Amino acid sequence: MSDIKMRVSGVEKSFPGVKALSDINFSLRKGTVHALCGENGAGKSTLMKIIMGIYKADKGQIYIDDQPVTIRSPIQAMELGISMIAQELNYVSDLSVEENLFLGRLPVTKLGRVDWKKVRTDAKRFLKEEGLSYAPDQKLKTLTVSDIQMLEITKAITNNAQIIIMDEPTSSITEREVGILFEKIAELKKKGVSIIYISHKMDEVFQIADDITILMDGTVVSTDRAEDLDMDTVISRMVGRKIENVYPKEQVELGEMALEVKGLNKEGIFENINFHARKGEIVGFAGLVGAGRTETMRAIFGLDPYDSGAIYINGREEKIRSPEDSIKKHLVMLSENRREEGIIPPRSVEENASLASLKNFIFGGYAHRKKERNDVKEMFEKMNVKTPSMDTEISKLSGGNQQKVLLTRWMLCDPEVMILDEPTRGIDVGAKFEIYKLMTAMVREKRAVIMVSSELPELLGMCDRIYVMCQGRITGCVERGADFSQETIMRFATGIGEG
Amino acid sequence: MKKNASQYLQKYTIYIVLIVLFAICSLISPYFLSGNNLMNVSKQLCVGLLIAYGEMILIVSGFLDLSAGSVLALAGVLSVSSYKATGSMLVAVVVAITVAVACNVVNAFFVGNCNVPAFIATLGMQQVARGIALYYTGGQNILQLGDFVDIGQGMVFGIPVPVILVVIITVVVWYIVNHTRYGRGIYAIGGNRSAAEASGINTKASIYKSYIINGILVGLAGMIFMARNNAGLPNGATGYEMTGLTAAIVGGTSFVGGIGTVSGTVAGAFIVGLLENVMNLRGINAYIQEIVKGAIIVLAVSFDVISKSKKSGKLIIVKEKPEKGAVTHGTSTESARLQTASKSQCPPEGTQPPDNKQL
Repeated sequence: MSDIKMRVSGVEKSFPGVKALSDINFSLRKGTVHALCGENGAGKSTLMKIIMGIYKADKGQIYIDDQPVTIRSPIQAMELGISMIAQELNYVSDLSVEENLFLGRLPVTKLGRVDWKKVRTDAKRFLKEEGLSYAPDQKLKTLTVSDIQMLEITKAITNNAQIIIMDEPTSSITEREVGILFEKIAELKKKGVSIIYISHKMDEVFQIADDITILMDGTVVSTDRAEDLDMDTVISRMVGRKIENVYPKEQVELGEMALEVKGLNKEGIFENINFHARKGEIVGFAGLVGAGRTETMRAIFGLDPYDSGAIYINGREEKIRSPEDSIKKHLVMLSENRREEGIIPPRSVEENASLASLKNFIFGGYAHRKKERNDVKEMFEKMNVKTPSMDTEISKLSGGNQQKVLLTRWMLCDPEVMILDEPTRGIDVGAKFEIYKLMTAMVREKRAVIMVSSELPELLGMCDRIYVMCQGRITGCVERGADFSQETIMRFATGIGEG
Repeated sequence: MKKNASQYLQKYTIYIVLIVLFAICSLISPYFLSGNNLMNVSKQLCVGLLIAYGEMILIVSGFLDLSAGSVLALAGVLSVSSYKATGSMLVAVVVAITVAVACNVVNAFFVGNCNVPAFIATLGMQQVARGIALYYTGGQNILQLGDFVDIGQGMVFGIPVPVILVVIITVVVWYIVNHTRYGRGIYAIGGNRSAAEASGINTKASIYKSYIINGILVGLAGMIFMARNNAGLPNGATGYEMTGLTAAIVGGTSFVGGIGTVSGTVAGAFIVGLLENVMNLRGINAYIQEIVKGAIIVLAVSFDVISKSKKSGKLIIVKEKPEKGAVTHGTSTESARLQTASKSQCPPEGTQPPDNKQL
């Protein structure tokens, strides 16, 4: 038997009007991690959906253990030993751990009644085998994303999965949890399980992948052993061009104080927050997940209340009680949750873009749709938004383009202070670069940009100053040119660098 | 080009269905095209349309109103008795609107401030309002309305007064929905409430406004309903919220929120209205009519959902392909379309009967 677990040969798939995949060849070796890299829309998810039996390929063949197979449904895929851990985990939060573990395959007694005794004993055994500490009757909503991910993996293993597809598994878990996940992956490899790993995070890919396949525009660009590649090569192959400078940072002369926050408190969430941002400055906020960065920004933007403290915009103290107030004062915030707090899925890109600045288009109670369209169009050009038309529903665009539409929404408010909370989360390398360029353009126009990010390289690459938060407090501030390094920031972020 | 044509078709399906239905109706019933009949249809549609606009606005915002029929009856009987007491039409209008708005402010309070699901809050109001109407009248119909009936039965230049009223209201509602900040906001709230809030939209205020507008519409509908029936009926208009909901939904309003148009609602109301009319003309059993109407709601919505899911399945993958770009029914062109649609559908409805009389 060869060491190839699964082989995808000459797979093609077209959708009306567009070729999503053409002549895909791809081999997954037994007991290895095979990373799949590509920009959004490169065809990764279409390929995975074909492997999972959700889509039917127009052409081509999939072989498992050198046997040709036809996969018509996810259930069939599961029977063939293929499981997928989706990016957005599917689970029922009100069900218990054991119920989720056996969802869709609950054992029944002869009378057709669910055999809860067996469920409990089996669940206990599985959890013990996998070294998971939670109780079988615990409700899923009491678990963290990482716990649930582990549970999903356990579910896959107990289903005798030989191939596990992981789609962006680290997009919403903490660094420590990433460590746990990677240990698990190493363990799975030892057991001979093959893993297809989809991620935008290059450092992770290089940390765990044995093979790397790069997709672009529905074709395979290359498949190589990871040790034969470096990050720059992968990135340039993914985007089909060379990105000269990953961070297009420009030094801009700093102007007056744009935002000053003094002694902001919210009991149990953050305390004594003091910071400032000048016109033309990019100020970063670093910290571990749960350090209170997002909560602080939400309070400043008026989304959540705060107990005490003062906020000065352009030197004047402002009382901000709602986003409505802060938008009026030209302070805006791009939320970290594009889906939950950003896009209005069923509406057009144009309506999504003009939403926060509607008053600019309404004179005497009448909305001038033509002016609206022209202004939005102009800003789209400036922000480099790629959309088939102004009437395309925003949910039909790629993540990067959605993000640029949302940036357009805020730029139309002519912000003095722009807070960007994780602006590059979940978008591909090319779009990330464009967002960085837009940030540079914003400060060139003498706006102040505040960037909250969990990715230290981008903070170090783009910011003039970085505040570091830990457990609700600002524990340090590092300046470009001085002690600007990941080590210093991590020391502050973990609370070591204090005092 | 072919694709553009099919997308065009999909976008205007509802209007095409309406035209086809109109043609079929005129073929299968000789009386259908008579001026009298068409006038009747439009008069019958008036009350339902007013309720449908309110429901459309609420569904677009992500809510609904199950109390419309009962509040209509309550506002109607109080308006009738205040008219009988004072003889002033102005007082009657003020009472009708005040009562219906008050009920809807209560709805808005529970939905907006207490986060009670709209279904439950307005279900409660449905019983409360009906109860008050029956208690107030002692369950008796109020008769001899005098000139009050003009608002439902009068004619101006040969056009029924309610039809004129509804045409004016249609234009006003269209304007509010498409050209005010509030109107644009409700689409955002229904599409994604958190995102709307984070974009500086005062969602609570919008919820109140939506219910208040609904109240005004229901109040006016109450007057027209009582006048048309020549009596104050505390038991009247039972289930009218369903008529309104049906028109809005058949007209393409999405129950998920964020999608719905005035012109679609008008078309939806006419589709249901014409069907009812032609079934009556053909003497179809009333019970069978119920079955047909019920089936139509489900069919209309499943058609909508299926065609939409097909479209999105296709477009998830279409990233750079500007295939949709060729058809630019823009928001601005859309508003133009709405304008022409409401102009070509509603006012002619008022002006059609005279033309037809000459036929």
